[in-house]
Amino acid sequence: MTGANESAWETVIGLEIHAQLATRSKIFSGASTAYGAPPNAQASLVDLGFPGVLPVLNGEAVRMAVRFGLAVGARIARHSVFARKNYFYPDLPKGYQISQYELPIVAQGSLDIVLDDGSAKRIGITRAHLEEDAGKSLHEGLGGLTGVDLNRAGTPLIEIVSEPDLRSAKEAVAYMKKVHTLVRYLEICDGNMQEGSFRCDANVSVRPKGSDKLGTRAEIKNINSFRYVEKAIQYEIARQIELIESGGKVVQETRLYDPDKGETRSMRTKEEANDYRYFPDPDLLPLAVSEEFIEEVRRGLPELPDEKAARLSAQYGLSAYDAGVLTASRELADYYEEVVRAVPREPKLAANWVMGELAAALNKESVEVGSGRMPAARLAGLLARIADQTISGKLAKEVFEAMWASGQGADAIIESKGLKQITDSGAIERAIEEVMAKNPGQLADYRAGKDKLFGFFVGQVMKATQGKANPAQLNELLKKKLPG
Amino acid sequence: MIHRNSLTQLAAGLRAKKFSSVELVRAYLQRIEASQPALNAFISVTAAQALEAAAAADRDLAAGRGGALAGVPIAHKDLFCTAGVRTTCGSRMLDNFVSPYDATVVAKLKAAGAVTLGKLNMDEFAMGSSNETSYYGPVRNPWNPDFVPGGSSGGSAAAVAARLVPAATATDTGGSIRQPAALCGITGVKPTYGRVSRYGMIAFASSLDQAGVLAASAQDAALMLREMAGFDPRDSTSVDTPVPDYLAALDAPLAGVKVGLIKEFFDEGLDRESERRVREALAVLERLGASLREVSLQNLPRSVPVYYVVAPAECSSNLARYDGVRFGHRCKDPRDLQDLYRRSRGEGFGAEVKRRIMTGTYVLSAGYYDAYYLKAQRVRQLIAADFKRAFGEVDVLAGPTSPTAAFRIGAKTADPITMYLNDIYTIGANLAGLPALSVPCGFVDGLPVGLQIVGPHFAEARILNVAHRYQLETDWHLKAPERFA
Repeated sequence: MTGANESAWETVIGLEIHAQLATRSKIFSGASTAYGAPPNAQASLVDLGFPGVLPVLNGEAVRMAVRFGLAVGARIARHSVFARKNYFYPDLPKGYQISQYELPIVAQGSLDIVLDDGSAKRIGITRAHLEEDAGKSLHEGLGGLTGVDLNRAGTPLIEIVSEPDLRSAKEAVAYMKKVHTLVRYLEICDGNMQEGSFRCDANVSVRPKGSDKLGTRAEIKNINSFRYVEKAIQYEIARQIELIESGGKVVQETRLYDPDKGETRSMRTKEEANDYRYFPDPDLLPLAVSEEFIEEVRRGLPELPDEKAARLSAQYGLSAYDAGVLTASRELADYYEEVVRAVPREPKLAANWVMGELAAALNKESVEVGSGRMPAARLAGLLARIADQTISGKLAKEVFEAMWASGQGADAIIESKGLKQITDSGAIERAIEEVMAKNPGQLADYRAGKDKLFGFFVGQVMKATQGKANPAQLNELLKKKLPG
Repeated sequence: MIHRNSLTQLAAGLRAKKFSSVELVRAYLQRIEASQPALNAFISVTAAQALEAAAAADRDLAAGRGGALAGVPIAHKDLFCTAGVRTTCGSRMLDNFVSPYDATVVAKLKAAGAVTLGKLNMDEFAMGSSNETSYYGPVRNPWNPDFVPGGSSGGSAAAVAARLVPAATATDTGGSIRQPAALCGITGVKPTYGRVSRYGMIAFASSLDQAGVLAASAQDAALMLREMAGFDPRDSTSVDTPVPDYLAALDAPLAGVKVGLIKEFFDEGLDRESERRVREALAVLERLGASLREVSLQNLPRSVPVYYVVAPAECSSNLARYDGVRFGHRCKDPRDLQDLYRRSRGEGFGAEVKRRIMTGTYVLSAGYYDAYYLKAQRVRQLIAADFKRAFGEVDVLAGPTSPTAAFRIGAKTADPITMYLNDIYTIGANLAGLPALSVPCGFVDGLPVGLQIVGPHFAEARILNVAHRYQLETDWHLKAPERFA
């Protein structure tokens, strides 16, 4: 699908993000929400929809939804209503999902994303509502039968619905990442996308550039990785444009993204869509949230990503980009600040190392920054040795690798490997004189005007000192000695 | 003739060791067994468990322990979940359903020492006014077996009327306690919505369902209700307000009590003879010092259409869980998922339940919701406002419970609308969530007639007081059908 003339079209995207709330028990029952238990081991009679059972709202889920609402500057409804969304499916034990429909708990918020050119764009959040997750149908290893696992049934979710403000797959991913960062800052969702704790539906449509009428949209369901969101939307944009340009019409439908094939497929059209027959759930009273409760939640809010980035930037003189990277997760930012507290004069050096060597090493092994694999104090120990010129930046990378492999501190590695930088100018001068004596030809050429050979001498001296010569001192001494 | 004792007398007699719980339970089990072919009041009789519980109650009583109902036999409408005992809801759908847990009402009565003899017949999923929709066959009226006992708590009412148990639990969504109480000549109390926990009570229409009691007298009902009522954290719609001692308030004099006669209930639909019995009863209240005045609740005549939108809407959703997947009836050899759903539900539900599921599905559908469900909810609020206004003027409201005495089995099954109109006087209290009761007030052609008393929210003590004072003056509640006297 490359023939489409994408430049003539504008894409309009809205995301519905489902974030599982990190409560210990379910939204309407006391059963555990822990992931990975044997099928149906964590399904209570309420989750199983047994005759006679009734839902009781988990107050912690409400608190978490309010936290989210306040963090996106939204209006918190003092009065919201749970409704039943009715449809038959084996993983939906009651035959209805308890959700919020007409009166959601959170409405009219927004988040800012940063575009490629560095500018910010505000994305509207129409609403965020509380609802229960469904169970899972299992198809494998059951000899053609379908199994139902209701462990997930009743897990609290907030569904975060954006305005159709997103204009490209990249923007959609940036927004989704921003929400992902935020829910983890707020400690309301573990953000684990493999386990389905954080996933989204994307509503995608295209229209001729300049048009203010929305095109017919397709909804891509249940995408659970940033990469798939980008690919699914890109595919869908190209599909719709090609379809329209070849004289066809986009039909309103639900589609599924197939990551193996890299394409979206029709699941059901609007005509086949369920009539969910929403109505207020008579088993639950309208949810009343008091002003005092809202204020209490507000007081408990942590420093949010944007605030934190602005502060890091101002406090440590970091670029907006660096501050953004370092605040991508609360753990990373905390780690960074812990490092800086130990080497307070080197915030920029700390930023470079945290975003550079450390991030690469963590990424390679897929470990979290907070895992303790490289405690902040230990990294700070290395940075202190760079700062006091015990080792050069180049050698420091070697030291870091050894620290990562052995779990030892920087000083122990430097000591055992004998990597301590040579800052004694007498010793460096002696090494320079030896190199000059060994390379008379190059010396003569240099003196005859071949300036480029300066680097050659730097390299030779470094080699002679096993890289331990202080680079600045070496430069200075070479400049003095080479001309003769 | 132990069965001629009231619940109150039985509880006292047990405590005074006049008889043992085992003796009592044996006697009542015999009566149940003997009556079953004629009345069909029970779906399950749990004799072995009952005798075991009775023996335990006797041990408690001997040790001077035990709650207010220690050793007293009762029975539950078969929509209260009972752990380890089949709970059918009168439906083929749940013919094989053994509940893994006790309803809160069941647990509370157990804790009070009551001994359960079994599970009582009822209209399927409590949908009916004659107990003719039960999968287990109709219940017959102890006063005349050719007549219906009313519904949906027909089994509970017939059992109490025939002295098969001194009291029984029941539920009332649109009159299912009060109407059978009236038709069987006993006392039936539907408390305020939220007064008794709905947890473990199989739902018909959640915003209307309320558990209550059928007993021989207001005094017996007060004793039962005191043990059943109270806040339950497992029911979000139950209300956290203290339960007064309903017995303590029973004897208060009626002097100065203002009784409002609901004008709209004395309409052309009310049988003239029944009306006479009700007016005679009101005259008794007046003699006792109460003042009577007519009040009008203009929107009340809309109760039936409002109810038949709201209740089916909720039931269409409440009954969606019966899908053949986890419990209940499952069709044989389903071809696929749709086949499993269609045949399991098609086979499991009876005609009246299907009719209401279809009605409810229709009124909630896109494009019809506003015209039906939303409008019905608005009228419901108007009806509730009418009651509120009336209770600004009077202490209680009174009128007939049912337009006629019991009708013949089969007489109204062909015409659902005629059947639905049986509840025309009872539905209002459900729509407004108000406490209401029915007491026997005489007979028409040998069949009982009921007087209904409705109170403001949480005024159970007041309506029981009015009913009790009335019963101190009259003996209608002491009459039992000849065959079962």
